[in-house]
Amino acid sequence: MSEQVNVVSVPVAEPAAARRGSRLNPSLIVGGSIVALIIGAALLSFVWTPYDPTRIDAAARLTSYSGDHWLGTDKFGRDVFSQLLVGARTTLFVGIVAVGIAAVIGTPLGIFAGMGSRWAGEIVMRGNDLLLAFPALLMAIMFAAVYGPSTLTAMAAIGIATVPSFARLARSGTLGVMNTEYVLAARAAGRTRRAIAVRHVLPNISGLVIVQSSVAFAIAILAEAALSFLGFGTRPPTPSWGRMLQESQELLHSAPRLALWPGIAIALAVLGFNLLGDGLRDRFDPRLEVRR
Amino acid sequence: MNNQIAGPSTPPGAGIPDAAEPALRVRDLRVGTDNLDLITDVSFTLAPGERVGLIGESGSGKSLTALALLGLLPEEVKASGSIRLSEVGFDVVGASERQMSKVRGDRMAMVFQEPMTALNPVMQVGDQVAEIMLLHRRQPDRRAARRAAVEMLAKVRLPDPEGAARAYPHQLSGGQRQRVVLAIALANDPAVLLCDEPTTALDVTVQAHMLDLILTGVAERDSALLFITHDLAVVATVCERVLVMYGGRIVESGPIDEVFTRPRHPYTRGLLDASDMDAVDGRGRLHTIPGTVPAAGRFPDGCVFRNRCAHATQQCVQVPPLEHKGARAHACWHPVEEPT
Amino acid sequence: MSQPSPPILSVRDVHRRYRRARTSLFKPPSEVPAVRGVSFDIQPGQRFGLVGESGSGKSTLIRLLAALDHPTSGSIEFEGHRISGQPERRLGFLRERLQVVFQDPMGSLDPRMRVRDIIAEPLVAARKPTPPDRIRELLTAVGLPDDAGDRYPHQFSGGQRQRISIARALSTRPSVVVADEPVSALDVSVRAQILNLLADLADEYSLTLVFVSHDLSVVRHVCDTIAVMHHGELVEMGATTDVYDNPQHSYTRRLVAAVPTLRRALAGVSAAELARAVTAADPEEDEQ
Repeated sequence: MSEQVNVVSVPVAEPAAARRGSRLNPSLIVGGSIVALIIGAALLSFVWTPYDPTRIDAAARLTSYSGDHWLGTDKFGRDVFSQLLVGARTTLFVGIVAVGIAAVIGTPLGIFAGMGSRWAGEIVMRGNDLLLAFPALLMAIMFAAVYGPSTLTAMAAIGIATVPSFARLARSGTLGVMNTEYVLAARAAGRTRRAIAVRHVLPNISGLVIVQSSVAFAIAILAEAALSFLGFGTRPPTPSWGRMLQESQELLHSAPRLALWPGIAIALAVLGFNLLGDGLRDRFDPRLEVRR
Repeated sequence: MNNQIAGPSTPPGAGIPDAAEPALRVRDLRVGTDNLDLITDVSFTLAPGERVGLIGESGSGKSLTALALLGLLPEEVKASGSIRLSEVGFDVVGASERQMSKVRGDRMAMVFQEPMTALNPVMQVGDQVAEIMLLHRRQPDRRAARRAAVEMLAKVRLPDPEGAARAYPHQLSGGQRQRVVLAIALANDPAVLLCDEPTTALDVTVQAHMLDLILTGVAERDSALLFITHDLAVVATVCERVLVMYGGRIVESGPIDEVFTRPRHPYTRGLLDASDMDAVDGRGRLHTIPGTVPAAGRFPDGCVFRNRCAHATQQCVQVPPLEHKGARAHACWHPVEEPT
Repeated sequence: MSQPSPPILSVRDVHRRYRRARTSLFKPPSEVPAVRGVSFDIQPGQRFGLVGESGSGKSTLIRLLAALDHPTSGSIEFEGHRISGQPERRLGFLRERLQVVFQDPMGSLDPRMRVRDIIAEPLVAARKPTPPDRIRELLTAVGLPDDAGDRYPHQFSGGQRQRISIARALSTRPSVVVADEPVSALDVSVRAQILNLLADLADEYSLTLVFVSHDLSVVRHVCDTIAVMHHGELVEMGATTDVYDNPQHSYTRRLVAAVPTLRRALAGVSAAELARAVTAADPEEDEQ
């Protein structure tokens, strides 16, 4: 009877548990490794860097690759490798703040919009559209103008600008869950709205939110780099990949390596989080289908 | 108009006319993944015009059998053995996609359970019927095909066939959609019509008409019908012969009026008892088969039914062969006694 | 059935209309009547069968009975208390006294929850303690092993999942269980087990059973009273044997005529005859 639904899944009738183990796809491995590398670099920078990344050494300005300075030094004689390591901290900080704000505000808002009355949903989603129509970078620049440029204000702005995408996703996921019979069963059992949101909706949309988070993480990293490059983001002397890029631009011809390494780091981080997102999506989606 | 649709009252053994080449001949069909057999040793033939039911529960492999016949198995699932269609020069097992695309919808057609998903939602249903005829060059041009399509829709008794031809699937009711699916399946007069639970998604009052249409359709074309279902009453209404499938094997086969009145396999016996809502024990409870249908690949070795069978013995560790006796066959070491 | 005992459920002239989505800015949205003027009583201990096809309004009616939805007009009383139109906070007693078993044994169990938590959910909702013994007792009552509580729904077959669903429905010791097509997604060999289980439990816990199905033969086996719904209206209601053997309404006759049974088929009733009987029962209603 229910057999026709998905004959393809017949050979793999034992779903989740058995399946998950074998579902280590390449994107997940590569993305996960890159992200692990960045986290490793950030952690390492707390205990060890070759040099103090902010130490100005007039004697060693603009040295090239050498045994002393693996990736050379910049125009103030600061060690590029050390800056990169510490810059990883900024990058992660940026992502965590921005995605944290977006997910923590956006997800409940989306769940509320999906579970509440039609009017509540409409109001939240139209507010969302309004926010979505506002460019994230513009908002960040406005924040910087009002509160002064800093990593935190930049990221708060990026985070708030990312709220709608989380809210929208959470809402569509919530609508899906609310249409299931197990939510109907929970209602028939007398569960309150809040209990249904926490016990049924949230666990069942968490996969979606995690995937979205890793993609938003990549976007936040790019945004921070762009803002720092424009001078609205991380203030000197805190090392940041975006600012390293900005400081290197006047020397692009004489010392292209100064742009190259932070550039690679940013690209790698963005790639890593995007791949991780893709990999997680692949891993979460089949399980969603098996349930049907 | 359809007095040729004899009920199960056809004389036993009438299933296989002597002279005619069978419309479909399946030999030792085996379907499975690398490490899992899903269908084992399935052999049967369909004579032209013969109506055969394939019954089984979920996981029995009945729907997979239909997919194997159409060469539509998912990639990781492989078939071996032989599937031959009359007037088709090659074996369906191992045939290329190109070869199969000429056969599907032409020599062999299928009606699925869910009519909504079987139709293209953004295409008028008349065009969908016309397309299948054009595809297999049964009609010279688009206009002729369109005209023939309206005729087909009239034959499946859609009210206002002209108007219906211009409708999109979502504008039709479930029963009407399934009629369109049937029209598409019958458009090219297939030698074999496969129906996989064609009425399960329909209301009972609609079901009766749908069954009638299917039978009229195959009778007019002398097509062989393989009717897959879990519903014993439906299969008894529609078919003259039945194949009972369990755990990927055919455990019993024969003329319906014999198999359903004097089953030999304990599984068939159990199915009949369990689906009889009028037969109850002393406490007013229905008869049951103990246990549940195992998941695919979890059936016991030897006799697939032995873990749910009251008569199982040590002997059942060996796979019982399908023993033929006249028009009937069963695969059981301890068959249900024939009443004397 | 004709005892003067007060009904456990009393439905009076209930209507439920749904509004379609707006298609025009200027015209008011059209309304779909799902349930139209339905009235009936269900007595304690009754096995009440509700039969109807898709679009008959039976699913809407179940939601109304369980106060998961509220009628546009009319009233529904449970044990003398009005439940229609009441806010959720005043329905606590109903949530304990009336439980629902849903059709889809996969969809009605949260895939992210352990069986133990699923079964305990109505108790948790009612702020009642859930001793482990109680969970074990419920699992045993529905014929599942003790260790089933630690597992997740996907690890069970369809029939076992429906047992889980039934265990959940019994957890608050309800007086009424509404079963919405509880066996229509199950295999033939498992269907009989679940029907027997429901009958056993109904006896053991003296339950009032509201059994909803499109399958007349199943309802006939389970229920002592049958109510037939068609196009949102209750077209016929009465003792099972009366309704089945001597249907009064043309739609009921149609329904009875349409069901293929093994007995009839083996007696030589063909599909063509079934179809003719359906048309003959009610020529005007016929789909063509």
